[in-house]
Amino acid sequence: MTEYLLILVATVFVNNIVMIKILGLCPFMGVSKKLETSIGMGAATTFVLTLASGASYLINEYLLGPELAYLTTLSFIVVIAGIVQFTEMVIQKTSPMLHQVLGIYLPLITTNCAVLGIPLLNVQAKHNFMESLFFGMGGAIGFTMVMVLFAGMRERLEGADVPVIFKGTAIGMITAGLMSLAFMGFSGLIK
Amino acid sequence: MLSALLVMAGVAIVLGAILGFSAIKFRVEGNPLVDKIDAILPQTQCGQCGFPGCKPYATSIAGGESEINKCPPGGEEGIQKLAELLGVEPIPFGGDTEIKPKAVALIDEDNCIGCTLCIQACPVDAIVGAAKQMHTIVESECTGCELCVAPCPVDCISMPPIEEKITNWKWKYPVYSLARVN
Repeated sequence: MTEYLLILVATVFVNNIVMIKILGLCPFMGVSKKLETSIGMGAATTFVLTLASGASYLINEYLLGPELAYLTTLSFIVVIAGIVQFTEMVIQKTSPMLHQVLGIYLPLITTNCAVLGIPLLNVQAKHNFMESLFFGMGGAIGFTMVMVLFAGMRERLEGADVPVIFKGTAIGMITAGLMSLAFMGFSGLIK
Repeated sequence: MLSALLVMAGVAIVLGAILGFSAIKFRVEGNPLVDKIDAILPQTQCGQCGFPGCKPYATSIAGGESEINKCPPGGEEGIQKLAELLGVEPIPFGGDTEIKPKAVALIDEDNCIGCTLCIQACPVDAIVGAAKQMHTIVESECTGCELCVAPCPVDCISMPPIEEKITNWKWKYPVYSLARVN
């Protein structure tokens, strides 16, 4: 149990996919203008990423094996796209409310490189099934956390007295950089 | 080579089967009829039909719970169109509502105290004015829904019917009974 907890802490804080591995920057910059949308995006990503980690582990382990290793990227993309589509249909039927909140962000996840990156990292690190699941979930929780924190900061930046040339995305980039620096401090957490 | 092709084809077939199955299993049925009915209703959101707005009334009609003759701003013309859309006989006005001659609101400008209450009540923004300034009606925008009459604290809004004059006379819509063809 401790090792799963360790994986969670490691992926959420120490190896945060956005801040340390610099994956999934498109939604990080694009969907973080408002707090509600960033929470919706985070929730959708968490769901898809956890499922995708499990499914891609199964594909890699039982379908591809070592001799077809060159097909990992290709088959993972196909599986992720399928899962996203399936998720959208299920949510639309079971919870129209949630579907309305997530809206366009659900299909957008297909092209989120963090969702492809985590299964590939799983393969690289030779995780087993449970480890893959927790790695995916931890990565997604870390993504959500960073999104929410960053959205909160950007909402405040809207009202801040920023020099004209830095307004908008520019100050967002600088803030993201500072945040990334701060997250490097977590690497001292595990010795 | 062959095994790679087989694996990718297999993955694609399985995913396609799952998606195809779930598309049937989790199909969401929107109701296009509600939108069509809603498009005919005048969108004054006046509530004279007893529903909180045009869309709820449209939903009720589509569900077969309401008659089509409860919309005073829509008038005979609206009933005619609804009857045509739904394939039923046009019926005269009924229920709690009665059809009135087409009218627009008129503010007695000597008595208006500029309280802006009628401006807030107007669903189509047909009243112009500001606080402590005289208000007036934009006649071309007014739908005659009478929602501004009740809030006025000095009762200075009246609803004079529009008389049929040479400038606003037009051909009547033909009234003919519809027969179902099977």
